[in-house]
Amino acid sequence: MAQGLPGVTERTDPPAAAAARPVVRVRGLTRRFGERAVLDGADLDIDRGEFVALLGRSGSGKSTLLRALAGLDRDTGGELSVDGTVAVAFQEPRLVPWKRVRANVTLGLRGPDPRAAADRALAEVGLTERGDAWPLTLSGGEAQRASLARALVREPDLLLLDEPFSALDALTRITMHRLVSDLWERHRPGILLVTHDVDEALLLADRVLVLDGGAIAHESRVGLDRPRRRDHPDLTALRAALLAQLGVTPEEGTA
Amino acid sequence: MLLVLWQAAAGTGLLPERLLPAPTTIASTGLDLIRDGTLPDAISVSVRRAAVGFLLGAAAGVGLAVLAGLSRLGEHAVDPLMQMLRALPLFGLIPLFILWFGIGETPKVALVALGVAFPLYLNTFSGIRGVDGRLAEVADVLRLGRWGLVRHIVLPGALPQALVGLRQSLGIAWLALIVAEQINASSGLGFMINNAREFLRTDVVVLGLVVYAALGLLTDALVRLLERRALTWRKGFPV
Repeated sequence: MAQGLPGVTERTDPPAAAAARPVVRVRGLTRRFGERAVLDGADLDIDRGEFVALLGRSGSGKSTLLRALAGLDRDTGGELSVDGTVAVAFQEPRLVPWKRVRANVTLGLRGPDPRAAADRALAEVGLTERGDAWPLTLSGGEAQRASLARALVREPDLLLLDEPFSALDALTRITMHRLVSDLWERHRPGILLVTHDVDEALLLADRVLVLDGGAIAHESRVGLDRPRRRDHPDLTALRAALLAQLGVTPEEGTA
Repeated sequence: MLLVLWQAAAGTGLLPERLLPAPTTIASTGLDLIRDGTLPDAISVSVRRAAVGFLLGAAAGVGLAVLAGLSRLGEHAVDPLMQMLRALPLFGLIPLFILWFGIGETPKVALVALGVAFPLYLNTFSGIRGVDGRLAEVADVLRLGRWGLVRHIVLPGALPQALVGLRQSLGIAWLALIVAEQINASSGLGFMINNAREFLRTDVVVLGLVVYAALGLLTDALVRLLERRALTWRKGFPV
């Protein structure tokens, strides 16, 4: 696994270093809303195929950072480069309601056979039967899976997930965790998952970051094989550390 | 039920023929006028006026709404003017239109077009501005481009509201036509009614009103059909 931290990993082999050019490189990113600096010198690297989770209290600027990476917010200062194609799945699935599910997936898709590509993507997320459905007739979990299919069909180098599971019920969320994990194993995009759920971050990500005070305040690597068990002792220790970073004591976090 | 009562009242002389003739009288008058070609001619003249006026007004209303809806510059150029013109009483313009356009087809068509343009403009404009900004972000992320945004997100998103405007404007189109045809016309349904009044042919007057009403109901039904087909994506929309 490539190491993403600058200054920590020595890259002695230049071609290998070139091949491992990170898909995201952010240095000193700032974003102000009026007087308030929501991002204040944030640094971030995401390697190709790396799964990174970004935690933070509400209002900490997680979504602001994601929106900057998605190109939705251009009023930022500092250095930001994304090397490759980007796709986004939002918290609300944001399907276009007047287009059927398949048309949502193919929207803006170029290529020889968008329809076949869409059907493959829908099959991967288990929505083969729902291609002709209207978005408003889907359940929350189905809509979110359609949104994932719409993002994945573009074969992105970077997949941005903005709290995509937070509006789902607990059972659906577990299924979605497994789905995202499988899809990542198969396609290997770099992923930035913005979430406020520490367990979700620990189950899915290679690296968990905490955003605080407008910059990355903490970083944990999760070296465990997947699928991970929630009650693995290493995760318990990491969870306590991360919760402490977020200003929650472990007792409160497990309650 | 109402028709039976009406027929009975007319038959017993309770309702004088001069005020309101029996439904059967009106029906037979209708048949006569269809047979001698008067009614079909009048309808085709009136429908043509309504259709031409409607198409011109709709093109102007929707076109200006798209212009104003899609850019700030367009909004500043178009919207204040439209809001100002909207305050003018439509039927108060008739004398001016007669001075400008004479008493031919033009003032009638222009009155219909003007009446149609405003509800379509207002509703389409507000429909465009009411499109969910989060969907515009989706278009941005999916790299749809400016035209793709308009085609896939903005215009379909404005459609429900624009169709409300369409129904309003069709109502106004018929109303404007009726008023315009009352004032000066040498052909059409309004002329037929006015002419009948001079000869105290109440049956023909009532027949003309029935035809106007039927035409209005017909176009309204067409719009409802259009709504049903175009808005099937709406949850719970009765299909």
